[in-house]
Amino acid sequence: MLKSISELIIPAIMLLIPIYGLIKHVKVYEVFVDGAKEGINTMIKIFPALLAMLVAVGVLRASGALDIFANWISPFTAKIGMPSDVVPLAIIRPLSGSGALGIATELIKSRGPDSFTAKLASVMYGSTETTFYVLAVYFGSVGVKKMRHSIIAGIAADIAAILSSVFYSRLFF
Amino acid sequence: MINYIWLFMITTGVVVGMINGRMGEVSKAIIDSSESAVTISIGLIGVMSLWLGIMQIAEKSGLMDALAKVLKPAIVKLFPEIPKDHPAIGAMIMNISANMLGLGNAATPFGIKAMEYLQELNKKDVASNSMCTFLVINTASVQLLPAVMIGLRASLGAKNPADFVVAGLFSSITALTVGLIVVKSLEKSSLFKE
Repeated sequence: MLKSISELIIPAIMLLIPIYGLIKHVKVYEVFVDGAKEGINTMIKIFPALLAMLVAVGVLRASGALDIFANWISPFTAKIGMPSDVVPLAIIRPLSGSGALGIATELIKSRGPDSFTAKLASVMYGSTETTFYVLAVYFGSVGVKKMRHSIIAGIAADIAAILSSVFYSRLFF
Repeated sequence: MINYIWLFMITTGVVVGMINGRMGEVSKAIIDSSESAVTISIGLIGVMSLWLGIMQIAEKSGLMDALAKVLKPAIVKLFPEIPKDHPAIGAMIMNISANMLGLGNAATPFGIKAMEYLQELNKKDVASNSMCTFLVINTASVQLLPAVMIGLRASLGAKNPADFVVAGLFSSITALTVGLIVVKSLEKSSLFKE
């Protein structure tokens, strides 16, 4: 049931949004092409950070440091059912969006896209934002200096996102 | 912060590699990872462009406004300090709708506008309750369709690249709920008084 829903997601969007657009008198083809132009620019923007993180994680993995870290932390992560190799992703996620994307990419690539680790990494990446960046940008934009309880609430949401992504991944995969 | 973490990752890798006598593997990894950054990015351009094209149709056909209408009652309830017809409400709703649809570029200007309206009501350099609540909603990021991740898994050869979407949605709703509970229960605490 869940499997068939998720298989339907992409085709359904490909179909429903253009139909809705046509009903609303949008020139669907022209608008699509115009929007798609931005794809390359977005990738060019992400690329340097992706490169930086892929190299850093690559060095950590090749040196054996990641295995040492994983052995060291696995007694704790095993208790909540979290594979120890997603720990770096959980640490980076609230700090850097493109950095987290780099780490998730490396995990998906090295563990295989259909592995449990890869699916968990996808859930974890999608279930929270770069908390510190969001707070800094938005508060900074209006000159607010004292962030009060927003930091604690943001971190609580991040921790909840990490734990619940492990929980729901265990449940679904 | 991210500067230190990045440098820490590389330093640890090189030092541990030296101790383990795996410098050959480390230099190979540096070259190989830079190459795979290129392959991955190029692979992603296709899905990314496809998605942005579809979302442009969604935006132009007013799907964002439709979603905004659905969200309005909940948003009004979450911000009791703000008058119902204040423009801050509208800007926040547009920001949240855009984020839910994964339209990051459209979301940010609305978010900044919302913060400016909230600051007009606040007039201090200390965050108001509404600002904290708004930003926690923002950081929890309930995204209906995590397009980048779907694209990434597709380009790396996943059998069903969108298979994580439902679990991801449950997980981000959980995070949002926890964030809202914490933000609302701490706003009256004397530790964080305005």
